[in-house]
Amino acid sequence: MIGRLRVGTLSVYLLLAAFALAFLVPVAMMLFGSFKPDDQVLVQAARLGSLLPTEFSWFNYRDVFARVPFTRYLFNSAFISACIVAGGLLVNSLAAYAFARLQWPGRDWLLLVVIALMIIPLEAIAVPLFYEVTLLGWRDTYWVQIIPFIANAFSIYLFYSFFLGLPRELEEAARIDGAGPWRIFFRIVAPNAKPVFATVAILSFLTQWGALLWPLMVTHSEAVRPLPLGIAAFYSLPPLQWGDIFAFGVMMVTPVLLIYVLFQRWFVQGVATTGVKG
Amino acid sequence: MTSAGHQTVNRDARLAWLFASPALLGLSCFVLLPFVLSVILSFTNLRLGSPLSMEFMGFSQYQRIFSDQAFLAALRNNSLFALIVVPLQTALALLLALLVNQPLRGMVIFRSLFFMPVVFPLSLVAVVWIIVFAPGPQGLLNQVLETITLGAWQARDFLHDPVWALPAISLTSIWQGVGFQMVILLAALQGIAHELYEAARVDGANRWQQFVCITLPQLRNAIIFVVLVTTILAFRLFDQVQIMTQGGPNYATTTVMYEAVNSAFGSQQVARAAAMTVVFFTIVLLITLLQRAVARHERVIE
Repeated sequence: MIGRLRVGTLSVYLLLAAFALAFLVPVAMMLFGSFKPDDQVLVQAARLGSLLPTEFSWFNYRDVFARVPFTRYLFNSAFISACIVAGGLLVNSLAAYAFARLQWPGRDWLLLVVIALMIIPLEAIAVPLFYEVTLLGWRDTYWVQIIPFIANAFSIYLFYSFFLGLPRELEEAARIDGAGPWRIFFRIVAPNAKPVFATVAILSFLTQWGALLWPLMVTHSEAVRPLPLGIAAFYSLPPLQWGDIFAFGVMMVTPVLLIYVLFQRWFVQGVATTGVKG
Repeated sequence: MTSAGHQTVNRDARLAWLFASPALLGLSCFVLLPFVLSVILSFTNLRLGSPLSMEFMGFSQYQRIFSDQAFLAALRNNSLFALIVVPLQTALALLLALLVNQPLRGMVIFRSLFFMPVVFPLSLVAVVWIIVFAPGPQGLLNQVLETITLGAWQARDFLHDPVWALPAISLTSIWQGVGFQMVILLAALQGIAHELYEAARVDGANRWQQFVCITLPQLRNAIIFVVLVTTILAFRLFDQVQIMTQGGPNYATTTVMYEAVNSAFGSQQVARAAAMTVVFFTIVLLITLLQRAVARHERVIE
């Protein structure tokens, strides 16, 4: 019996290790490749045994800064994502609170409309939205990448379901003490709803940080372009130097990985709650 | 109701509109309006920068795209991509979820590792995997396959091969996205009551019987959800194609979204692109309705 258990445990670990390798190798290839001289990246990527660099240099990193405005892309990505996340948290939570707790005419059917809007992905409206912002003269700006994405039906829905589950007693007590809805929302509801704020923040941050399609459609100057467009442009910028591209990639993913390592529990919980939608 | 009560209700209503209006305004301008616009534009001949005035054309944009080889190839590719990715990714996500759900040491580390690519931007993943698929015996995947098959594998240029390009993109997508599905299934697994398994053990059910008779039925709705999300994502495919293959070779990897973006930009044909996005949305809507129907069926049985 003990022997069988051990064999079972061992095979679970072996299987896990095999998968872990498949997940790690491409990442390791990028990380180690970023420190290799350019002529060795491709040759050595081929052999698993020579993933580690024989010569270690920061040359590729210096080259990235010399060839493209990396800090500009980084700032743009951070600024755009931060505005969408912060604006989205405020606007969508307030709307969800109005749906969950306040009495107003039209509330129920508007809620139905918001829920129906959840199934429209950006791709389905990208072309007319592009036409719309062209008419508005918004192309190639920061706000064309920010304003359309602040209000989000799925975020409202996540806040709404969470607020419905909060006990009403705290709010009633504050109301009796004479607090108005603003005070109740910011002093009582929001502090008790931290998990859903974290979930919404993480989900919208991930979507925005990686966004490629929309920025590709509406921007053309480096001044406002974010990182995903930066790497796409860098990849097609001759001469093709894989060491540089990997250095770009490492710098692009490090901020997100740091945030992921620090707030891992929230990432996993956040994604798990999206499963409740179905 | 007292007049004080009336005042409260009125104040509440005013405040509610104040609370809700920024979000409702945003959704109307940037989701609802473009959505309505896409349907309207798809029946016109709108072209950016064209001297011709906009005219209603009925269904002619639809007739045109459905006789266009590139768009038909795109529809085929999206469906094929879904047929490869949905079963493989769901099965792999389930396997990974079952593995990291074992009461063994270090499972948190494996879970974090499998989820890690989800935080990688797709554009970056696509660029990294171009190297994995590098042609010739130098390429990483070619090398691995040659080692596994003891030299029988013929090295090939995956991304420029009409047969292999789409499977290569599928593999990239699975690598990036499987952790997302794993976490959803893991949460569902952990929600299954232990009593069910204990009762089954008392009845003498073995591991496999427990999996088939308890785990799978209990996970049913979570699996349906994962399949739905993955199918919709499969029809949204764009980033990997844009970076890895540009739709080639010979339309082997073009997708509905890639064709739509190309029509809107390459040739400024907004109306044609709008028609393509309407077709895309119809597909998404049908998948969603199908999922709702299957999930509701489940509730009726209960």
